[in-house]
Amino acid sequence: MHEAAEVSPLSAIAEVVKRRIFAVQDYALLCFRAMANIATPPRYLAETLDQMDVIGVGSLPIVMLTGFFIGAVMVLQTASQFERFGQTALTGDVVAIALVRELGPSISALLVAGRNSSGIASELGSMVVTEQVDAMRAMGTDPIRKLVTPRVVATILMLPLLTAVADFVGLVGGFLVSNLELRLNPVQYWTRAIDALEFGDLIQGLTKPLIFGFILSTVGCYQGLKVRGGTQGVGRATTQAVVVASVLILVVNFFLTRFLLWIFR
Amino acid sequence: MSPNAASEPVIAFEGVRISFDEGEALRGINLRVAPQETKILVGETGSGKTLLLKLAAGLLRPDAGRVVVLGQEISAMREKDLLDFRRQIGFVFQEGALFDSLSVEENVAYRLREEGADEAEIEERVREALRFVELEHAIDKLPGELSGGMRRRVSIARALISAPPIVLYDSPTAGLDPVTAQTIITLILRLRDTHGVTALLATHRLQDAFAMAHYRFDPESGRVAPVAPNGASAGPMTSFAVLCDGAVYFEGDHRAIAECQDSYVQKFLV
Ligand SMILES: Nc1ncnc2c1ncn2[C@@H]1O[C@H](COP(=O)(O)OP(=O)(O)OP(=O)(O)O)[C@@H](O)[C@H]1O
Ligand SMILES: [Mg+2]
Repeated sequence: MHEAAEVSPLSAIAEVVKRRIFAVQDYALLCFRAMANIATPPRYLAETLDQMDVIGVGSLPIVMLTGFFIGAVMVLQTASQFERFGQTALTGDVVAIALVRELGPSISALLVAGRNSSGIASELGSMVVTEQVDAMRAMGTDPIRKLVTPRVVATILMLPLLTAVADFVGLVGGFLVSNLELRLNPVQYWTRAIDALEFGDLIQGLTKPLIFGFILSTVGCYQGLKVRGGTQGVGRATTQAVVVASVLILVVNFFLTRFLLWIFR
Repeated sequence: MSPNAASEPVIAFEGVRISFDEGEALRGINLRVAPQETKILVGETGSGKTLLLKLAAGLLRPDAGRVVVLGQEISAMREKDLLDFRRQIGFVFQEGALFDSLSVEENVAYRLREEGADEAEIEERVREALRFVELEHAIDKLPGELSGGMRRRVSIARALISAPPIVLYDSPTAGLDPVTAQTIITLILRLRDTHGVTALLATHRLQDAFAMAHYRFDPESGRVAPVAPNGASAGPMTSFAVLCDGAVYFEGDHRAIAECQDSYVQKFLV
């Protein structure tokens, strides 16, 4: 302890940076091994289907509910602007483009991160502290293969589907509001909404959830597997997983958008 | 010294050291377990018993020194190879470490299912293992519905399902009442004397350890009987290692430990 007091601030910072770098390295290694496992047997198909059910079907209600209201509120907001120029017909375009390119993917990813990154982290974390992960290894099972890979694969497969559902329900929400509030003609709304979307928008809308799904599941697994220190550690890992996954999703979203816009423009 | 002790050890620790942020937890351990021997590790809490067992199963790697099991240096093996290697090791965890979302049957059958055995064989072997620990009736329960002693027994059944030649017991009687503890010890005796396993057993309770040295399971009568009074050489090999603060403090057979006057060793005798 005495020595610790004399450590210069510089070396304390170096220590923190070193730890961060090791953490990133561990995370990268986990991601690599989780994906590499797909190439070789044994593959845990039953676990993967199970997780697809938990993550995909389980998240469906909240994704639909939020998708609906996001679409609805967007019409309210944009319409009040468009009304000033008498251009309410354009609401379909705006809702479609904003939902498919941006809001659908990021809102779904954030919701699923809140629901499943935390769920994965607490489940794996509890398994670590009760030595179930060690027991697995002791019986010759690779925990990354059995626990991480199925969760990552399931999330990567399910998030694009959830996003597509959110996009669609959002458009429906937008339609209802535009029809009831603005008296917008249904044909007008839907044709404008669908015509506004270009191929690039759809690619953008589907690439993002693939990558967000990868992020939110690997972060959850990483936080869960590195739990130390009992129940409290599990709690910390759970919060940490949601925070890290959400921030990472939003940051990556920016760069990914930049990249995709560069490709499709 | 019994004749077996001279032959190749099944488990050997050679100058094993491991440290954590808080400091060195194992400080140069040298220990050998001969074929069919039961080595009992005694030591107060935090002395490094669990660490030693995890090293023997390759669940941890030493910072220095070697761990050799069945002639293979597991401390230098890749995790991928270790996963296969551990088929020969049964591990009974300190708190049981049962998969709490799987039933007793699924827990015990876990290893066989992973290896892809066929269901008829699994069913038979699971029943046999559960019969061995006298828990056949609990086959469909979840671990959360079992008592502590029952959980420990399921954990033993799970470890012995693949009939491994080596079994590592981490404090199998810790936190159990004396009667239940006795049942567990009887089980371990039976496993030793009917299956001839090599074992490392960590415990706080030296009376368990003495029971292991003084009694044997007689397969003919199906009971536990005292080892022949004309000397322990007729009985199974049991030896002791007392750990203190990450180092081997004392090593010897049950007579040596009973006669030992050292105050740290004496602490475990009362
Ligand atoms: N993962 C870990 N991180 C940090 N320190 C650890 C870790 N595992 C063990 N230790 C330390 O190593 C020492 C030995 O621990 P170990 O679990 O082997 O003790 P033990 O003899 O099994 O005790 P008990 O009888 O209570 O089970 C302890 O001081 C413990 O704090
Ligand atoms: Mg222990």
